[in-house]
Amino acid sequence: MRRLFYILFLSVFFSVNICASTPTEEGEKINVKEIIFDHIGDSYEWHITSVNGKHISIPLPIILFSEQSGFHMFMFSVFHHEESFKGFRIGEKDGKYAGKIVEVNAQGEEVRPWDFSLTKNALALIINCLLLVFIVLWVAKWYKKKPMEAPKGFRGVMEMLIMSVHDDIIKPCVGKDYKKYAPYLLTAFFFIFFNNIMGLIPIFPGGANTTGNIAVTIVLGLCTFFAVNIFGTKEYWKEILWPEVPTWMKAPIPLMPVIELFGIFTKPFALIIRLFANIMAGHSIVLGLTCLVFITAQMGEVVNGSMTVVSVLFSIFMNCLELLVAYIQAYVFTMLSSVFIGLSRVESHH
Amino acid sequence: MSLLMPETGLLFWMLLAFGIVFLILAKFGWPVITGMVEKRTSFINESVKSAEEANKQLENIKIETAAIIAKAHEEEVKILKEAAEMRKQIIQDAKNAASEEAKKIVEATKEQIVAEKERALNEVKDQIAEISIQIAEKVVRDDLKNDKKQAEMIERLLNEIKTSH
Repeated sequence: MRRLFYILFLSVFFSVNICASTPTEEGEKINVKEIIFDHIGDSYEWHITSVNGKHISIPLPIILFSEQSGFHMFMFSVFHHEESFKGFRIGEKDGKYAGKIVEVNAQGEEVRPWDFSLTKNALALIINCLLLVFIVLWVAKWYKKKPMEAPKGFRGVMEMLIMSVHDDIIKPCVGKDYKKYAPYLLTAFFFIFFNNIMGLIPIFPGGANTTGNIAVTIVLGLCTFFAVNIFGTKEYWKEILWPEVPTWMKAPIPLMPVIELFGIFTKPFALIIRLFANIMAGHSIVLGLTCLVFITAQMGEVVNGSMTVVSVLFSIFMNCLELLVAYIQAYVFTMLSSVFIGLSRVESHH
Repeated sequence: MSLLMPETGLLFWMLLAFGIVFLILAKFGWPVITGMVEKRTSFINESVKSAEEANKQLENIKIETAAIIAKAHEEEVKILKEAAEMRKQIIQDAKNAASEEAKKIVEATKEQIVAEKERALNEVKDQIAEISIQIAEKVVRDDLKNDKKQAEMIERLLNEIKTSH
């Protein structure tokens, strides 16, 4: 512990020395908020890095369906040279559709066409999905080839993860019908987990803020919502519409039924917001800490040097924490979904 | 707050991606893995149970073997004892038979000795009688050389015969 402290102290000290010897450059003021929002939002191209002010990014296809001009498909890179293409352009910075592709209609107003572009998040989702499918099928294939044998290495880790979710979350929370729901819940767990982990890797196939995007979590939440309500038992609906409370709470004014009905929607809503907010916040904090290096660049060498060390240390800590969060959020989502499904499978206690 | 507004395009892609992943994994992924693991678990449980049973049976067999061996030992001891007894008996019997035979032989010999003795005695008696007759003849012959004594003798003998009648 003492040695670790010395190493820390010395690294701060030396970084200060090194920085003091380098000449300062007057850089442009950086906008941390913009950097963070750029990252946690979506974009039409996958920005990898910038070298000497030149952006290196993967151009992605734009797929649009306009009510005026029909179906269009082109690469986003056309906007590098031209302001508008086929009547489409990027929305004004201060407008309603900032950064999105818009079309100008006859009245001269900006309108958004149906935008099915394969954006950064969409591509990241597809890559992560392919990876997940590949890994799971690879493990499954091994099981088919060698039944009755215990897997080793990465397959062993997968088995441990899969069986821990299956036996410790799904089985006890869902109850006796767990076999019917296990595929969905396992898919949800690993989908979230893989996307969370991939989001933490800072370079190309990773780094996209997929599970921190509300559209992604909404789909996951809705899946749970349908799984709960479509297969709900009679007893489940009875407990919502005519719960066992004193009659005055449900007879003239349906107080409890209203609360219960409201609960049907708040449960998946909580799932959606929890996952979205946790992952988005995690990404924001890591980015904010990394930006500390660039913010302090203008404050002089000593501050910058020492803050770089601090920033790196904090970033490492936050990334470790985010690894934990990646698992915990997948776990929480799956467990709560299992519990809600389990509650919807109640049987009459009488 | 564009962050909180879901994008239609991303919703579409997410629905598509998640749906396909779910369909593929629900059919070819999870059931295979969980099924195999459960099968393996039950196989291991059964194996452990059967091994336990086999062990128990082995224990029983061991106990049985020990019992059989103990019984065999007992039998051995018994047989040895019997054999020893039988040997003793046989020796005893042989001894008895031998002593009886010896007795018989001794008796027979005794009898023979007695018979031989009698025969010898009889022979001696006969010889004595012959000798005494010869002696008597000689004596009588000397006596009867005169007639008077002859007549006297005849008379005495006749008397004797008359009185004996």
